Amino acid sequence: MIHRYKSNGYNIVLDVVSGCVHSVDDIAYEAIGLYEQDGRIDIEKLRKECPSVTEEEVAEITEEIEELVKNGELFTEDIYEPYLKDIGERKTVVKALCLHIAHDCNLACKYCFAGKGEYNGDAALMSFEVGKKAIDFLVASSGGRRNLEVDFFGGEPLMNFDVVKKIVEYGRSLEEKHDKKFRFTLTTNGILLNDEIIEFVNKEMSNLVLSIDGRREVNDRMRPTRNGKSSYDVILPKFIKAAESRNQTNYYVRGTFTHYNTDFVKDVLHLADLGFEQISVEPVVSPPEESYAITEEDIPAICEGYDELAKEMLAREEEGKGFNFFHYMIDLEGGPCVAKRLSGCGSGTEYLAVTPWGDLYPCHQFVGNEDFLLGNLDEGIKRTDIVADFKLCNVYSKPKCRDCFARFFCSGGCAANAYNFHGSINESYDIGCELQKKRVECALMLEVARDERKALTSM
Amino acid sequence: MKHIKTLNSRNLKESVKKGGCGECQTSCQSACKTSCTVGNQTCENKK
Repeated sequence: MIHRYKSNGYNIVLDVVSGCVHSVDDIAYEAIGLYEQDGRIDIEKLRKECPSVTEEEVAEITEEIEELVKNGELFTEDIYEPYLKDIGERKTVVKALCLHIAHDCNLACKYCFAGKGEYNGDAALMSFEVGKKAIDFLVASSGGRRNLEVDFFGGEPLMNFDVVKKIVEYGRSLEEKHDKKFRFTLTTNGILLNDEIIEFVNKEMSNLVLSIDGRREVNDRMRPTRNGKSSYDVILPKFIKAAESRNQTNYYVRGTFTHYNTDFVKDVLHLADLGFEQISVEPVVSPPEESYAITEEDIPAICEGYDELAKEMLAREEEGKGFNFFHYMIDLEGGPCVAKRLSGCGSGTEYLAVTPWGDLYPCHQFVGNEDFLLGNLDEGIKRTDIVADFKLCNVYSKPKCRDCFARFFCSGGCAANAYNFHGSINESYDIGCELQKKRVECALMLEVARDERKALTSM
Repeated sequence: MKHIKTLNSRNLKESVKKGGCGECQTSCQSACKTSCTVGNQTCENKK
């Protein structure tokens, strides 16, 4: 299976199964389409699109296509399905926890999937005792995995910062003895961020996620304070300081866009203009009945936005003012292996969420839904049936993924999105899929354009 | 090649042989928290 498309003046052919990306000229672009259809290149058919094509050119292109096919780089057959048995039977270990340090928040974001931070329950803070048990659980459940990840999440984790510090200290105290390396991440809305916290985070956290949606009016519309005031003015100076203090690496400013700002590219560029170099702005996930939910009608505008963003990123790179957009990151040489791509995001198996009182869920998005309560830190995982469902949830278990060119990039997408929209983790969230496909196209185009630029400058 | 330029030398099929070491980052720990982006993770075992 191949995916053939034009973007920003480039002709791009993705060989879906091998992951090989080919940049081709106009004639080859049409010829590959014919070859896919007929198994050969009929010159008369090709002349409908490329009137001046010669027999010599057709011979050249045929030879090139056949060499790529021989090398397993074009029209590659899907050989991965037999490996699924191994994946289903694999012994999984837990290597990442999302600690819900605080089910409480000092903002009142309108789109919060966590019900203003409280996950549709009562406000609660995690105690150190629970945090300590979570770290012990992770070490005990991680088998031979060395790199362990712990994300301090909420609500707003800085409302319980003393416990964050103690948990980090406790985790570090176990590293040498158990031959583990903790990677801590903090996700914050910034309201309580100060110099002392920034210093601690820079010393201990491998990643810092700073929540801001972009332009002041966009941010403040959806992210007001509890008394309805602007959060933008409070958080922005702190975020600028935090990003600079981390040398513009190992952090993200992370925004959410909604139906109200399908021109989200302006928000991305606003953040870039403020000097942020690590940016992630993502579509909201919400029940379809919400007024801010992204609708099917929004898709064309958003897709145009993604194209515009990719072009603007290239222009800024030329000027030495490049920035990184999380959804366009793609590492064609060093990306994940097939096993990772087949096993998906890891929710419910490698990755679990822990509530302030120590309950375990497949991921942060499922917290509060009792149907997905897996167990707790005292008794471990009791619902092994749910874990088994997540283990088997992959691109081959989702009917819509089977013929999708993007399946080895998103690995079947977000299980929580699928469940929210269709009541099954083995379904797909259609709007999310359309946007994901567009982002993959843009990300590959950026790689082609950068490759061309590199080739030109080295001439 | 004259008409086709291949960008990457890495072929995903090659990685099937080795299997997964599992040391890579969990997708949602990086930034997303709402959208699965496995393809942009980095392999911890590429060398």
